[in-house]
Amino acid sequence: MHELSLCQALIRQAARVAQEHGAPRITHLHVRIGRLSGVEADLLQQAFSSASRGSIAEGATLHFEHSPVRIHCPACARDAEVEVNRLACPHCDHWQTQLIGGDELLLVSVDLGHEREMEHV
Amino acid sequence: MCETCGCAVTDSSSHSHDNTIEVLASLKADNDLTAAHNRAHFNAAGVLVINLMSSPGAGKTSLLEATIEALASRCKIAVIEGDLETENDAERIRAKGVPAVQITTGSACHLDAHMIHHAIHSLPLEDLDLLFIENVGNLVCPASFDLGQHANVALLSTPEGDDKPQKYPVMFRAVDLVLITKTDLLPVLDDFDCDAVADHVKQLANPAPVLRLSAKHGDIAPWLDWLEDKLATRRQKPFTFVAHHHHHTIKPV
Repeated sequence: MHELSLCQALIRQAARVAQEHGAPRITHLHVRIGRLSGVEADLLQQAFSSASRGSIAEGATLHFEHSPVRIHCPACARDAEVEVNRLACPHCDHWQTQLIGGDELLLVSVDLGHEREMEHV
Repeated sequence: MCETCGCAVTDSSSHSHDNTIEVLASLKADNDLTAAHNRAHFNAAGVLVINLMSSPGAGKTSLLEATIEALASRCKIAVIEGDLETENDAERIRAKGVPAVQITTGSACHLDAHMIHHAIHSLPLEDLDLLFIENVGNLVCPASFDLGQHANVALLSTPEGDDKPQKYPVMFRAVDLVLITKTDLLPVLDDFDCDAVADHVKQLANPAPVLRLSAKHGDIAPWLDWLEDKLATRRQKPFTFVAHHHHHTIKPV
């Protein structure tokens, strides 16, 4: 399960951001997963609870945004959304298309909590 | 007006007071940085590095044994072996007179760039022409990690079925060569069509050649030709061989 090592990388990156901004904790993490990234959101979610334990991201909520597989066809100059195992152009059937989306695995943003302020509310 | 933060939303419980920081960084950034560092080591030493991936038991080690027998007289080879446990595969390679480093990953299902970086410092890189990385047997995880190799090769053995590229598109989309192995078994398998494999790979918009081999029968000539071609390109100065990469980068805005 490679989701665990990717999850550790996710937490390291998010912790770096929190540190740069002097934030005491991370409340939400937003991750974009392409359908061709080779990563399962469910497995990443499972890995997150154990990987985040004791870290600045413990207790944070992980949000996923799934991006579809998109291709550009150099033959007919059109873009299309396609299935993960069928990257040929659905318009003109040309097979040597270019992937323009769907293989991403990105930490999009991090929500930093300011615990002390919240305590006074 | 919200009393907590002074924003325009009236109810303080309906929105977050968290500070959202946009990051837009790949989760593979650390691995990719080390992979680039490994590739720089390989390029400086002038060694061609091939990452072999497949299901467990597709014949990676047998292919390497046959390849070493065919090429060892004119080419200096070393192997990095990745397995969950045991030193068995490295011992098979060393028995052929070639240096082998075994990486035992424990529970990890793939090799990553850091493990390779550690391993290459125990190999005489400067003296090598060709370094094979035999990845952990698995069609899922190894596809996600760049190691610094120059080419990715997937083995698909005939008993596994010809629809593997459809089932594992992440792996088969990103390889530079597909080797159909154990073709000596084709006469007893009535449902494996080599042309179907080639068609499925093409459906992934991947122009990788699909070659047919039987290491058992010593029938690996098309693979040796492919390797010789890559080695010839590797020897050219200036170094021009660039691996086939499909990842695109998204820059923060």
